[in-house]
Amino acid sequence: MKLTGSQILIESLKKEGVEVIFGYPGGAVLNIYDEIYKAKFRHILVRHEQGAVHAADGYARSSGKVGVCLVTSGPGATNTVTGLATAYMDSVPLVVFTGQVPTLLIGNDAFQEADIVGITRSCTKHNYLVKDVKDLARIIKEAFFIASSGRPGPVLVDLPKNVLLDSTNFEYPENVEIRGYHPTYKGHSFQIKRALDLIYKSKRPVAYVGGGVILSDAAKELREFITTLGIPVTMTLMGLGAFPIRHPLSLGMLGMHGTFRANMAISECDLVIAIGARFDDRVTGKVDEFAPNAKIIHVDIDPTSISKNIQVDIPIVGDCKQVLKGFLKEIRANEEETEKVQGRIKPWLEQIEKWKKKHALAYDQEDVIKPQYVVEKLGELTKGEAIVATEVGQNQMWAAQFYEFNEPRTFLTSGGLGTMGYGLPAAIGAQVANPDKIVIDIAGDGSIQMNIQELATAVQYRLPVKIIILNNAYLGMVRQWQELFFDRRYSYTCMENIAPDFVKLAEAYGAAGFRVEKVKDVVPTLEKALAYDGPAMVDVIVEKFEGVYPMVPAGASLKQMLLV
Amino acid sequence: MKHTLSVLVENEFGVLSRVASLFSARGFNIESLCVAETLDPSLSLMTIVTRGDEMIMEQITKQLNKLINVIKVTDLSARKFVDRELVLIKMKATKTNRAEILRISDIFRGKVVDVSHKTLTIEVTGDEGKIAAMIELLKPLGIKEVARTGKIAMLRGAQ
Ligand SMILES: Cc1ncc(C[n+]2csc(CCOP(=O)(O)OP(=O)(O)O)c2C)c(N)n1
Ligand SMILES: [Mg+2]
Repeated sequence: MKLTGSQILIESLKKEGVEVIFGYPGGAVLNIYDEIYKAKFRHILVRHEQGAVHAADGYARSSGKVGVCLVTSGPGATNTVTGLATAYMDSVPLVVFTGQVPTLLIGNDAFQEADIVGITRSCTKHNYLVKDVKDLARIIKEAFFIASSGRPGPVLVDLPKNVLLDSTNFEYPENVEIRGYHPTYKGHSFQIKRALDLIYKSKRPVAYVGGGVILSDAAKELREFITTLGIPVTMTLMGLGAFPIRHPLSLGMLGMHGTFRANMAISECDLVIAIGARFDDRVTGKVDEFAPNAKIIHVDIDPTSISKNIQVDIPIVGDCKQVLKGFLKEIRANEEETEKVQGRIKPWLEQIEKWKKKHALAYDQEDVIKPQYVVEKLGELTKGEAIVATEVGQNQMWAAQFYEFNEPRTFLTSGGLGTMGYGLPAAIGAQVANPDKIVIDIAGDGSIQMNIQELATAVQYRLPVKIIILNNAYLGMVRQWQELFFDRRYSYTCMENIAPDFVKLAEAYGAAGFRVEKVKDVVPTLEKALAYDGPAMVDVIVEKFEGVYPMVPAGASLKQMLLV
Repeated sequence: MKHTLSVLVENEFGVLSRVASLFSARGFNIESLCVAETLDPSLSLMTIVTRGDEMIMEQITKQLNKLINVIKVTDLSARKFVDRELVLIKMKATKTNRAEILRISDIFRGKVVDVSHKTLTIEVTGDEGKIAAMIELLKPLGIKEVARTGKIAMLRGAQ
């Protein structure tokens, strides 16, 4: 049967099992919107295209499925760039469809034309301009395959208007054959054996786990690996949730705002087992002084991540889940050695325990509300079972430090790009994917204003997300740097008396608004907001000058932590 | 160190710019880049000359391989290979230097492809060393303009 390009798009999405599109219409995609209407395809109308991409991203991170967006040409397409770059840095599988002017007009500076394929080349895993309707189904198939396989990432498909109108026979391809794309999943068994030899010889090993473990759904395998060997484990910001934070072997997060014991352990260890992490500069601090006396094993599906910043002794290219399975097979066959390691590393675990006692994450709750207190109480009230999205800044770091994550895919944060304005739309997307879960955006008073318009989306679709603003009247994280490194010259970071009334703002959008100014009101108000049947925003007035600690100054070694 | 990479890619629009923007985005430099269709019209072969230590070369190779449209990357410099470049050199020719220019051109098996009252244009092919030596000798005689194709290269023998 002959179908138009627009119909092929909708049929292909059905074949891919897509449940929902996050989008925003315009001239170049009117035909697709007509098909969406006729097919009654589920579509969430956002209020800004950046919101569409972040929402699809939150949907994808929280569910493991591919997030899908649809936007118009020109400004619609350029508005997706920040969302794409955010997803690209954090390896989130998305397929973003953009309208484009008719092929004959491309290059003519036509109305609402933008060279989006050129613009997004370096912030997508791959992108396509579809020039012929006959290629459309194949390209969509490839786009979904590329987005979700190997190291996942966003793929953009640019759809000229005439391609959407042209017709051809529709047949959705069964298989994908891309000559230059064959991700490696299974780790080399010889490398796994060599790695295990190092593990069996080590006295002070540390596992350093990143978002790759979550992306490959390997939390179960990781847990068995860690607990069988009895090795301490630290997580990156992106890795939070991969291993229960309260587990005795958990060191918490490492890096710039990592725990004292995690940063000390990495600095003193004799073996780093990096799994699905990429030695980001926010994690390593000064590269030369990162794990200076350690051998390094690195498991990653992306060969370019290996030996990029840090020379690795044993690289294992492969999917975290597959490689961990490979390890487990060997470990189970080797009970004797396994027991020996456990014995050998006892003094190491004791040392770590000492570090833990010396400087645990802490704060003093005095008269003014401390932001950490708010996050801690949120954790208690939701039993650590909520899905938590964050904005960027201090709010993000306090969420990472004080909300105790136990399950993968429950912490949604822009780690690589650090995109303010990510949290609210991501929470909306996560709520779409998880209608029965509590979804919270831990926000800052600055960041929340970057995509506040999405509150209208939450209200329209009755998505009961809870926005908790840690309102310190500052662009707090930048202020903290100014305090520490610029002699407290607070250049353009103070938002005191110039912020909107967030309670009225919430109400104006049709959401519930709450404000908390006293410590004793924190818990009752959070309870009210959590119980409210709809989207709610809580403006918590917190201590203005609270800092995030420990802190490793940029470029310093991890041992040079500033402690409160 | 200088490296010559042979990169087999899909012969599709936009591929050249993907490769070029990868180099610029990651701060790798390109000394020369040649690209043309292969016997199989769905593929193109790029020869890229670049510089970097071992770690950088490893990254360049891996990053190129990561591009969906790149099929194969070979670092020729690790093995024995032949390389050739075609160069056009326009000389400022005078009564006194004309003979010397022709003599040098002959030694390097150059060919005169254009003559005027004031100029002589020579075509020459060769590997890097030969081209460099010839240009060195011609320089004092007055080079007006040089156009180079950039290097193409191939592994020796049956490899
Ligand atoms: C889009 C964007 N612009 C600028 C920055 C730089 N930046 C990082 S944190 C921050 C302050 C955020 O302020 P707020 O949302 O109030 O969070 P707080 O640190 O106070 O918790 C800024 C401006 C950024 N990360 N993203
Ligand atoms: Mg703030």
